[in-house]
Amino acid sequence: MKKQVYSCGIDYLQVMDEDGGIDLQLMPSIPDSKIVEMYKWMLFTRNLDAKTLSLQRQGRAVTYAPLVGEEASQIGVALAMRKDDVLAPSFRQHGIHIARGQPLDDYFIYWKGYEDGSKSARSINALAVCVPVGTQVPHGAGVAFAQRYMGKDAATVAYVGDGGTSEGDFHEALNFAGVYKLPLIVVIENNQWAISVPRKGQTAAETLAQKAVAAGIRGVQVDGNDVLAVYKAAADALASAKDGPTLIECVTYRMGMHTTADDPTKYRAEEEVNAWKARDPLRRVNLYLTSKGLWSSQLEQETTEQHQRQIDEAVERAEQFKPDPRGMFETLYSFMPDALKEEEDNAVSNNFWM
Amino acid sequence: MKVNMVGAINNALELAMREDDRIVILGEDVGRDGGVFRVTDGLIDKFGAKRVVDTPLEESGIIGASIGMALAGLRPVPEIQFAGFMLLAFSQLVNHAARYRTRTRGTMSVPMVVRTPVSGGVRTLEHHSDSPEALYSHIGGLIVIEPSNPYDAKGLLIKALRMQDPVIFLEPTKLYRLFKQEIPDENYEVPIGKANYMRKGNDLTIITYGTMAPLVQEVADKKNVSADVIDLRTINPVDEQTILESVKRTGRAMIVHEAELSFGVGAEISARIAEKAIFELSAPIIRVASPSIPYPFPGYEGFYLPNAKKIGDAIDRILSV
Ligand SMILES: Cc1ncc(C[n+]2csc(CCOP(=O)(O)OP(=O)(O)O)c2C)c(N)n1
Ligand SMILES: [Mg+2]
Repeated sequence: MKKQVYSCGIDYLQVMDEDGGIDLQLMPSIPDSKIVEMYKWMLFTRNLDAKTLSLQRQGRAVTYAPLVGEEASQIGVALAMRKDDVLAPSFRQHGIHIARGQPLDDYFIYWKGYEDGSKSARSINALAVCVPVGTQVPHGAGVAFAQRYMGKDAATVAYVGDGGTSEGDFHEALNFAGVYKLPLIVVIENNQWAISVPRKGQTAAETLAQKAVAAGIRGVQVDGNDVLAVYKAAADALASAKDGPTLIECVTYRMGMHTTADDPTKYRAEEEVNAWKARDPLRRVNLYLTSKGLWSSQLEQETTEQHQRQIDEAVERAEQFKPDPRGMFETLYSFMPDALKEEEDNAVSNNFWM
Repeated sequence: MKVNMVGAINNALELAMREDDRIVILGEDVGRDGGVFRVTDGLIDKFGAKRVVDTPLEESGIIGASIGMALAGLRPVPEIQFAGFMLLAFSQLVNHAARYRTRTRGTMSVPMVVRTPVSGGVRTLEHHSDSPEALYSHIGGLIVIEPSNPYDAKGLLIKALRMQDPVIFLEPTKLYRLFKQEIPDENYEVPIGKANYMRKGNDLTIITYGTMAPLVQEVADKKNVSADVIDLRTINPVDEQTILESVKRTGRAMIVHEAELSFGVGAEISARIAEKAIFELSAPIIRVASPSIPYPFPGYEGFYLPNAKKIGDAIDRILSV
């Protein structure tokens, strides 16, 4: 005997097309003012990204992972999340941190290379920036487990890249969340590249969203450059999180280098990058809002200037930050072991051999 | 040829691949990109994508598959992009690579060379600056090598690629491009398990390796002390014979490494000296290392890493006894 025991398909979601046209049937019921808010956050994120990149180029920030091109995949989720929802980020989600209220000073202190910049993660219900690829997703499952356990009306959003979906931790987390039907939303920020390895080099699967199928959870692919589609997918997943996890694949594009230590001309063609410019996540919202009389080039300029002032002031304050190396010792354990105290005293009395 | 460490390793890989077509390089970004440090640059053009393989982003998969490849007769050379991420493959290394030979009483072996960049001092993000040599040396069955100059890097790698054992080949990022050295164009081996005298003296033995080796030599030269400086080159198996020979002669021993102080390579070497030469010492052993805390974010690394002053102070202290 032979019969089909399972079949599946993956939905693709786009609400706003590349020219700002709306699919009214899919349009989430939100006021236009919310779309203006989304646009402003995307613009802020882009301005912040450009500033950080230029600071890095001047030697005033450490190795930095730019997000230009991926604003919608972050802001759409950030604005769908509620305050009590928890974020388990990877290392490129600066937009969400900021839109969830991370103080800009801390953002810059982090990118100047100090742990102190991570202090405020707690206050915005975020876990720490996570560098080992994919390892944050199981944390997300654990946070979701705790939310369920404690009876909280909240969910967890874990981010991961296209490359990160190859890691065992990613699959283990989906599996864990699926078994217990945890309130976990895993967002794949599929920017088509993992450093020099293209999306097709990661998996033979047609979509990344279908990774949900084997875990027995919901999976959807969205136009990751369409902030409304991202928002809708996230809002739907959050609304039904009490029934179990959802995997959302945001199809977007890494317009910049992997990090400031990377040279993308070594492995990808300029034509590919150019082709994605037409699909820019800001451009389409700008067109939409302008056509509705809700945005203008004058507003764009004023807003950008205001952002830049805000950003520059934060940079100034971050420059005043005084590192305290004793923090390395003092915060390692919840108590101070004698042997470590001796190491610390020795370092302090020798002025850290500076 | 006059090359830096990147050039030396690249050249060793090329020569070994010409000599032995069982050698396959695999890892994240090792192909078209030539590795994030360009160590495998150009090899995909010379040997094709069949032998220089860009893998998916999965460290456990890379090492686990390398073990299988080795068991089946190939000689994989997996690259793990940074040592911090090799921990995702720790189980494969400890539970399988290290044990296969003894598990099968010598009938099956895992000849592979795992290359990974280690150590800091170059202002990288979290997890990009770890010095994990003690972790792997603690596991019997894994050979752990860490060169400190281009000549040794090439000779040690060529030797490692001809061995039957799993080798962890640690490459200090800080030394990748720090200086160039004249080295032979052709194949040559540097013995594994054999330390190198960088410098000879009578009053003190300083045992070091990796990022600290050139620094220790510089400090000893500047201070003009009569000190042996021994570069271990191989961490495990450690060259106890050379260490004891020197320490018994000088009567003073100091160990300098970048890795954290506690439970490190310095502790192992101190113990061996204490066990076999304690009555020949005229001063307590000194360890100079990073504090017993994880490698910090780059803003703090200047407060963390052993530097010339810290090493110099320790030299003054031990010589004053
Ligand atoms: C476990 C692990 N392996 C390797 C790296 C080095 N690394 C940093 S980012 C990256 C590529 C990540 O690609 P992707 O998951 O698609 O995220 P993106 O960088 O595109 O946002 C790699 C290989 C790492 N940080 N962690
Ligand atoms: Mg990616």
